[in-house]
Amino acid sequence: MGGHSNWPEWIYVGIVIALMTWVGAEAWEAERLVEHVPEDAETIIVTGQQWFWTFEHEDGTKEIGELHVETGKAYKFEIVSTDVIHSFNIHDYVVLMDAVPGRVNTVWFAPDAPGVHDIQCREYCGLIHYNMRGTLYVEDPA
Amino acid sequence: MVLELQKPRPIWQIMFSTHHTDVGLLYLITSLGFLFLGGSLALAIRAELFLPGAQIITDSMTFNRIFTVHGTTLIFLFILPFASAVGNYYVPIMVRYKDMAYPKLNAIAFWMIPPSGALIWLGFADFTWYATPPYSIISAPGPAADMWIFGLKILGISSVLGAINFVVTILKCKHPDMSIGQVPLLAWSYLSSSLIILVAIPTFAAALLMLLTDRLGVSGFFNPAMGGDPIAYAHLFWFTFHPEVYVLVIPAIGMMYEIIPRFSRKPIYSYNSGIFAFVLLSIVGFSSWAHHMFATGMSFTEKTVFMVGTLAAVPASAMHVFNFIATMWNGRIKFSTPMMWSVGGIALFFGAGAGGVVNSAMPLDFSTHDTYWVVGHFHLFVMGTIAFGSIAFFYYMFPYVTGRMYNETMGKIHFVMSFIGTILVFFTQHVLGLYGMPRRIFDYPPIPEWIAMNQIATVGAMIIGVSMAIFLANMIYSSGKGKLANTEDPFGVGGKYYYPFEAKNPSH
Ligand code: HEM
Ligand SMILES: [Cu+2]
Ligand SMILES: [Cu+2]
Repeated sequence: MGGHSNWPEWIYVGIVIALMTWVGAEAWEAERLVEHVPEDAETIIVTGQQWFWTFEHEDGTKEIGELHVETGKAYKFEIVSTDVIHSFNIHDYVVLMDAVPGRVNTVWFAPDAPGVHDIQCREYCGLIHYNMRGTLYVEDPA
Repeated sequence: MVLELQKPRPIWQIMFSTHHTDVGLLYLITSLGFLFLGGSLALAIRAELFLPGAQIITDSMTFNRIFTVHGTTLIFLFILPFASAVGNYYVPIMVRYKDMAYPKLNAIAFWMIPPSGALIWLGFADFTWYATPPYSIISAPGPAADMWIFGLKILGISSVLGAINFVVTILKCKHPDMSIGQVPLLAWSYLSSSLIILVAIPTFAAALLMLLTDRLGVSGFFNPAMGGDPIAYAHLFWFTFHPEVYVLVIPAIGMMYEIIPRFSRKPIYSYNSGIFAFVLLSIVGFSSWAHHMFATGMSFTEKTVFMVGTLAAVPASAMHVFNFIATMWNGRIKFSTPMMWSVGGIALFFGAGAGGVVNSAMPLDFSTHDTYWVVGHFHLFVMGTIAFGSIAFFYYMFPYVTGRMYNETMGKIHFVMSFIGTILVFFTQHVLGLYGMPRRIFDYPPIPEWIAMNQIATVGAMIIGVSMAIFLANMIYSSGKGKLANTEDPFGVGGKYYYPFEAKNPSH
């Protein structure tokens, strides 16, 4: 290639490829760990609709716009939508999964400390998308 | 090159012309017009988000329409036509042919843009530039959505016609004495991006038709109520528009390949690796579309495949950056306005690429996806790299097109302000995304960090706004009253590089 030596370029490209391989491997490993839903996780059905969230616990109790969970337990969210695509997000716990009509998507988390966190919709879903928000209460078991 | 203002012609002669420089000029003016229109909407968005609560836009539907039209305008009506403008001017000259291969088709492709621009602006749809179903089927307001769909449809046809023209011009009309390996990199960039268009756009054309018939209620491809699947649309959309980001960026890189060696007064470090990286990008660009869809409920395997496909495109982009830096290394660099814009663009290209790597790492994407991080990431590309490269090239073309010189000081002020503004807006948006602010929201809760960062971003945007006003003033003033340019070597960098400029007024 060209009239001059190209070895600096090859070294550089090699470094970039090595870096990308490393990033990819780390990401793959991390994702593999968080994919696996614990067996004993409690299921919460999350329904997104324009423009609020509904939560149904395993015992049948329903909450709208608020979600109460306990520390020390794992929860599996089964996320559905009744109208358009929404995206269920608890940013503080890096929980993010789209609510797609016609599908059930799952994601899980295990809150470790009591606290109050925001729940929001992160996929544009129309007029009140900006305010499709809720609150997560993590409490110690009674 | 044409010296439009030195030998004035009546406007209709240009409008009805099919000569490549005339069509190029039409593309150029249209594109810059839309830059200013789309840019004003951006300022409105930023002003609105300066504080929580409603500032200047009273309701969320208007806000949603504004960001939809803003995005659609700047991507399809500013960046793409700008690339066509440059391609029209330079590609025939670079392959030493008298015109584009199909001059009439070329003019037709241009004339599809004004009506589609009108459809998009008059419709003022609100379903974002993705038009995601089922929202775009069931609740996006009536004619607005349909007008957007028709507008995009026409733009797609126009791109395909333009792409055919570039491919044929470069491959079939190049001078027989010139091998394909001697064609300047700018022309190579058009060849690569045109090939992407020819593969990618038909997919979206199909998706748009399906969306339209879904809206009319005669089909249910993407409508779950009729057994369809909205995620299928997302695949079709991103199969087109992920490669499309390379259609946007590749010509801008090609423009930098033109500017950087000239102002460094050195040949390109490696011409062959430039070609290689273009071709590689246009192929690998297709392997990564679903990295926009990690959160739609994909399996672990699918996510892994698309992460690998995305990371594979990084070395190719990195090669361009290497080439630019190696070309400047030990060069006698002259920092005229076009060079400043190019170098600034490269710096931001690097920053934006690094952000892209973060998005591609799947667990991290759940933190950044659909937040302001993503807004920061792609704006750093579209504004920081593509628009910077385009503006660099605009300054570079200016003396050849008008026969006059722009005001250098104003050009530099324009650059410095835009560079600072771009960093303020888009780096801040990355951080804002990490704090969890979703994109496409009209109002936000009064979280102190969110307010502070939104204010920084708004101030940055206003700085860009002011610099663009200076740009406009410079262009208008200098094209009429600027000092006459030496069209042999307007920037005083010496030497003709690859091809002779023809300073004559073409009549066809
Ligand atoms: C070549 C220039 C590039 C351009 C013009 C570009 C443009 C874009 C655009 C427009 C979006 C957002 C689309 C939207 O949601 O509205 C986006 C998102 C994304 N980009 Fe880039 N990009 C470029 C390079 C890269 C690179 C080099 C990488 C990775 C190494 C990358 C990775 C991503 C990822 C993963 C997303 C999805 C983020 C998310 O939504 O979660 N991009 N890019
Ligand atoms: Cu929603
Ligand atoms: Cu939403």
